Amino acid sequence: MSTALSLENISYSYHTVQGETCALKDISLDIPKGSFVSVVGPSGCGKSTLLSIIAGIIRPDSGRILINGRDISPGNDSIGYMLQHDHLFEWRSIYGNVMLGLEIKRRKNPDGISYVDELLKRYGLGEFKASRPSELSGGMRQRAALIRTLALEPEILLLDEPFSALDYQTRLTVCDDIYSIIKNEHKTAVLVTHDLSEAISVGDTVYVLSRRPGRIARSVSVDFPADMTPLMRRNAPEFKDYFNILWKELNENG
Amino acid sequence: MDKIISQSQLRYLKNRKRQHSCIIIMRTLILVLLIGGWELCADIGILNSFVFSSPSRIIRCFTGMAGTGIIWKHLWVTVYETLICFSIVIAAGMLCAMLMWRFRMVFKVAEPYIVLLNSLPKSALAPVLIVWLGNNVKTIIVAAVSVAIFGAVLSIYTAFIETDPEKIKLIRTLGGKRRHILTKLVIPSSIPTIINTMKVNLGLSLVGVIIGEFLAADSGLGYLIIYGSQIFKMDWVLMSIVILCILSGVLYKLINILEKKAGHSG
Repeated sequence: MSTALSLENISYSYHTVQGETCALKDISLDIPKGSFVSVVGPSGCGKSTLLSIIAGIIRPDSGRILINGRDISPGNDSIGYMLQHDHLFEWRSIYGNVMLGLEIKRRKNPDGISYVDELLKRYGLGEFKASRPSELSGGMRQRAALIRTLALEPEILLLDEPFSALDYQTRLTVCDDIYSIIKNEHKTAVLVTHDLSEAISVGDTVYVLSRRPGRIARSVSVDFPADMTPLMRRNAPEFKDYFNILWKELNENG
Repeated sequence: MDKIISQSQLRYLKNRKRQHSCIIIMRTLILVLLIGGWELCADIGILNSFVFSSPSRIIRCFTGMAGTGIIWKHLWVTVYETLICFSIVIAAGMLCAMLMWRFRMVFKVAEPYIVLLNSLPKSALAPVLIVWLGNNVKTIIVAAVSVAIFGAVLSIYTAFIETDPEKIKLIRTLGGKRRHILTKLVIPSSIPTIINTMKVNLGLSLVGVIIGEFLAADSGLGYLIIYGSQIFKMDWVLMSIVILCILSGVLYKLINILEKKAGHSG
């Protein structure tokens, strides 16, 4: 399988009056096309920073980021980012919200519009186009946020703890929901989370980041049948074994 | 489908309605008592109507002046000056706030001066402005703008910089530049603060215009008040004050309508 995203020796430090803090050190990974990768680590280990670097929001001090073997160019559309909260704008309708990326990129043309319409319909939000975000449930809001990201047709999706703001029950169903949409759209995805179960339930590979400065402490391949949803994985007997391996790793190196 | 409403819910709704009517009745009663009491006291001589005027004298005075059209001229001058001043304050306030949001350095440099000018009693500037700009409308507008502008800049800028950084990150993840952050997020999310600033500044503009008219005018309600008091025409003074009350109420209502419209659009 070809590589969708490669990170080569990424390091990043940030500066405050108190001093310099090394957030990430020598991160290298290859993510195959169409795979779902989870990154776990203790809070403050630089997980979100890593995603911001991949998305091009912050520039690393050193290292390279390659998408399909080419250096990342500023303002490219091949990466979509989903944040912890849906951040739907209350002053816009759901339709206005999912169109935001297309407006910014000046791609609100008939093709873009019909693609978004299709996504809204396919994922059950067709009838809620005119609704305000506050009229939707937490799960529907998160789905709208994903459609806003998908509207720009990115190849790679970065998910920054997108379920952590939801209550536990909603979280499990929304995770299932979002996972199936991403698989359905054949996207490559990178999820960062501090929740081990979540990481195992969606990931093909789980990377463990160490405490600051974040380094890749270990990668664990997770092998479940392809048709298993995250909820089904949680009930599979191997789930516990993966959990124990990662738990041990996090306690020793995380 | 019709919902069946329980007795307790009905009682609750009825209670709420009663409370609402009670508030309206009390409000009206206060106004009626105030006007009636004033009229009565003037009639039976408790208040000297030459000094304190009376509602009936004010109405007579108003109809007289409305007949000749003179009151409309004064009213229009004040409204016109207030609207010009208000427009300048809001436009300049927005522009300065945007500039300072874009170039934080500008705010850091200007902050102590803006804070200082904001707390300076602006009426102290009025005599200086008369000398510099002359006894004319320019002085009134500049004086009135100076009353409101600094506070407006500070409150709009504060709203701008309080925009949720995670939402800014969202715009950037969608490939947005600074101008997108400003137009798609910062300004729309600051609309409630901008409208509140407008409410405050409409009042302040009126205050500024009246101060200006006290000092440098030959027409307008402020002029009528100061001139009336000088020649002891208290009917003019009190009528002008009543008109000012109504005027500020009407202007406030207009902003409320705008607020409702802003709330429904987007």
